[in-house]
Amino acid sequence: MSEMNQAMIEKYRSNFLQEVEANVEEGHWVKMCMQCGVCSGSCPMENNWDHPPQELFMMIRANKRDEVLSSSSMWMCTSCYNCIARCPRGLPITHIMHGLASYGKRMGLAPKEQPTVKFGDIFWKSIVENGRVNELKIGVGLYFMNGFVQGIKNALAGKELGLAMMKTKRMNPMEYFGGHKCKDRSGIAKMLAKAAEFEAEHVAKFGK
Amino acid sequence: MADMKIGAYICKGCGIEDRLDVGQLVNTAKRDGKAAIGKDHEMLCNAEGVKMIQDDITNEGVTHVVVVGCSRRAKTEAFSFEGVHINRTNIREGVIWVRPDTDEARETTQEMADDYVRMGCAEAKFSKVPASSGEQGLTRSLLVVGGGLAGLTATIEGAKTGYSVELVNASGELGGSSAREYKRIPHKNGLQGPVDNDIDQLIAAVNDNARITVHLNTTITKTDGAPGRFSVELSDGKSLTVGAIVQATGSKPYDMANLPEFSPENPDVMDQGQFEAMVKANNGAIKKSDGSDARNVVFVQCAGQRSEKPGHLPYCSGHCCMTSIKQAHYVKAAGGDATVIFDDLRTPGATGEDFYRSGQEAGVAFSKGEVASVKAAGGALEVGYTDKILAEESTIKADIVVLATGQIPNSGPNPYLPIELAQAKEDKDDALVAKIEAELEVQPQPILNLNYRQGTDLPHLKHGFNDSHFICFPYETRRTGIYAAGPVRRPMDDQQAVEDATGAVLKAIQACENSALGRAAHPRSGDLSFPSFRKDGCTQCKRCTVECPFGAINEDEQGYPQYNEGRCRRCGTCMGACPVRVISFENYSIDTVGQQLKAVDIPDEFDEKPRILVLACENDAYPALDMAGMNRTEYSAFARVVPVRCLGSVNVIWITDALNSGYDGIILLGCQKGDNYQCHFVKGSEMAHIRMSKVDETLKTLNLEKERVGTYEVAITDVDKIPQIINDMEKTIGEIGMSPFKF
Ligand code: SF4
Ligand code: SF4
Ligand code: SF4
Ligand code: SF4
Repeated sequence: MSEMNQAMIEKYRSNFLQEVEANVEEGHWVKMCMQCGVCSGSCPMENNWDHPPQELFMMIRANKRDEVLSSSSMWMCTSCYNCIARCPRGLPITHIMHGLASYGKRMGLAPKEQPTVKFGDIFWKSIVENGRVNELKIGVGLYFMNGFVQGIKNALAGKELGLAMMKTKRMNPMEYFGGHKCKDRSGIAKMLAKAAEFEAEHVAKFGK
Repeated sequence: MADMKIGAYICKGCGIEDRLDVGQLVNTAKRDGKAAIGKDHEMLCNAEGVKMIQDDITNEGVTHVVVVGCSRRAKTEAFSFEGVHINRTNIREGVIWVRPDTDEARETTQEMADDYVRMGCAEAKFSKVPASSGEQGLTRSLLVVGGGLAGLTATIEGAKTGYSVELVNASGELGGSSAREYKRIPHKNGLQGPVDNDIDQLIAAVNDNARITVHLNTTITKTDGAPGRFSVELSDGKSLTVGAIVQATGSKPYDMANLPEFSPENPDVMDQGQFEAMVKANNGAIKKSDGSDARNVVFVQCAGQRSEKPGHLPYCSGHCCMTSIKQAHYVKAAGGDATVIFDDLRTPGATGEDFYRSGQEAGVAFSKGEVASVKAAGGALEVGYTDKILAEESTIKADIVVLATGQIPNSGPNPYLPIELAQAKEDKDDALVAKIEAELEVQPQPILNLNYRQGTDLPHLKHGFNDSHFICFPYETRRTGIYAAGPVRRPMDDQQAVEDATGAVLKAIQACENSALGRAAHPRSGDLSFPSFRKDGCTQCKRCTVECPFGAINEDEQGYPQYNEGRCRRCGTCMGACPVRVISFENYSIDTVGQQLKAVDIPDEFDEKPRILVLACENDAYPALDMAGMNRTEYSAFARVVPVRCLGSVNVIWITDALNSGYDGIILLGCQKGDNYQCHFVKGSEMAHIRMSKVDETLKTLNLEKERVGTYEVAITDVDKIPQIINDMEKTIGEIGMSPFKF
């Protein structure tokens, strides 16, 4: 568990709602939910997750910190904006969902085996290494996310598309071996280091 | 009327001429209807047609005008002639619009119209132009009972119109429960949260108004009379004469001692009133019973309310969710934590939703759940509840728990219990006697002390709230000229009580002005006719005094009924009740209806043309039949519809007469009865149903099938159902055969 995490838990020991309000994007809206359930009823993902938005908001108020932050539910949000369009209280639900997902990730509580989480990891890794995204590597990484055998199956299923993309010069198989990188990789690395510094400062503030 | 002269005017417009032989209708009016004048016109409702009738009234001395054309509900302004009786014979909505335009149907359609012309003339023949009784007076003074927010509002609003107002208050201080509030819910802009309690301004305005007299520490010992001339005696010996009364006696909190599961004996478990008083006493600080600061307050909504459990209130009191939000604001403002546990958070009114938001913004926690228990736990309280969103059992700690227990109306006693008790004793029904006696034990003290045959106070509907026609004219109670306002009428919050009181006082003023002219209140507003009885025929059976839904009739020293025109709503229930048929109105009587049904031509049994008498309530059933006509919904050509003021005015003699003169079926159409009644006269439809249940006997003695008489509860929206009922009766007659009583 990171230092940051410890600091947060300390500060909001018994009030997860306040923790959310302070740290989650648009988190100050959570208290305004009136539990009507319109968002849950509007969400196209309703059959695929454990907790619809309305319930997550109630769990936040009920102090269910770990259950909320380790939930896969927010990771399933497709950003369709149905809920925002319909919420009678005007909560920016989609944004809160993403805010909760990223906060859970930062707290090290995001589910490890969730495909969206994994995609995020692969995406991030690619950026950190190359200063840009290597689409082929990400694609292959995703294909083989669930093991070698499944990966081959996935690749065969996508064969037609792959060949077509090569033919139209949309994809270059040689990219997999190295591939090109951004011009100023060290600049990117410096930028990321600076961001980490800000983060540490933020954590230090929290400790107090 | 010495020289009666009937003029019958048949309209040819609206397609009537194409469908009917108008010349024959004119003849029928003259020959069978004994109309001295019979005329037709291209379009009676136009200026020329109206002038034709007016000229006959002026020059020919026509006293009874029979307008044969559209329904009585159409063209009322065109056909309003002063000083004459007006009958509207309906051959448009009631005949041509409900019959097919075919050659086969022509004969029966014409018969229908001819019958209606005969009926119209017969009705006119037995009607007089009503004049008021002369017993009325104009008193521009009101009595308001109760000096809480509703009473104060009624008082000041009444005085603003120029009326003088007597305000009687049982306690020594004005303001009622509003005066005990720390802050109040805003009437505008709910987002601002609670605002300062300004009831003292209203109290000052009432005290300073020269038209208002305040009687503190005073109760009413006797109320006598009628709208326009109530005489009221007060406990301090004073007597008042007032034109109308507003009863705004408010509510009291439900006793939380009835909720042992919430530890009501614990001093830190409070109802909303106690919590409010504590905060007011501490000027905003939230203190436990031991004087220490409370950090956590939990509000339990619907405590013992909206629950079918014995001893609980089945209804929602309407104000408690908003009150809890307000009180939770107090807790947040004092730096504590407030949690409201609700099932449905109900925030009525224009400011309601915003006030809820203001609570959320202030950081009040709202949890959807049902509280099962409140227990003392280690110096604090523990609330056990089911979280209805997360579907789990949960507990929450609290320093203070506030129970939203709801309102009990401060009504007077149920006025009918002593009467019912006397009846039960007479019937020797011991179980019922015991039950009523037990109920009488727990009745509150009388408030109005009405010197009425039907008891001391306003009749109740359910749960002790005063009866009023909830949907159509909510301010009218069952005692004309006495208006209930505020939570004594139905559960409500402050803002609704203010509106309610404002409305009620305007109705009270209307009652004064109307009764001065001898006019009826809702729903026959403006009616000048009133019932009178023929003393030498009366057997003193007392049915009329008992059955009048409005307690209008007293008894004189000799035991005869004593009518009070001002209290009467002109429903005719007394007329329907009288077994010797001595009660009548000038323009509505046993004869005005009885002669209509006798005027119908009853064909020979072998003609296969049955006759169905339809007695239709003029408030709902008759308009519904008109609408059926507008929709061109067909119904049987054998039906003859007679509008009645209320099904309660239907006297059994009409049924017996109709059966004896050969009608094959009789249909009575009234409004819904019972607790959720829609009857415009509250009990009329119920009375009719009771009376008709006894008609079976009559049918048996006549050797007739009981299917021949049907009583129905219908609504104004039953536009398709009512024609169906009529058609079904025609079918039934086809099955059981024609009545053998045709002569
Ligand atoms: S639609 Fe909005 S108010 Fe309703 S439950 Fe969802 S977030 Fe809450
Ligand atoms: S934006 Fe996300 S949470 Fe909202 S309805 Fe769409 S998928 Fe559901
Ligand atoms: S029964 Fe109706 S008509 Fe008769 S006295 Fe009562 S209110 Fe008047
Ligand atoms: S119902 Fe008729 S007979 Fe009976 S008391 Fe009344 S008026 Fe007299």
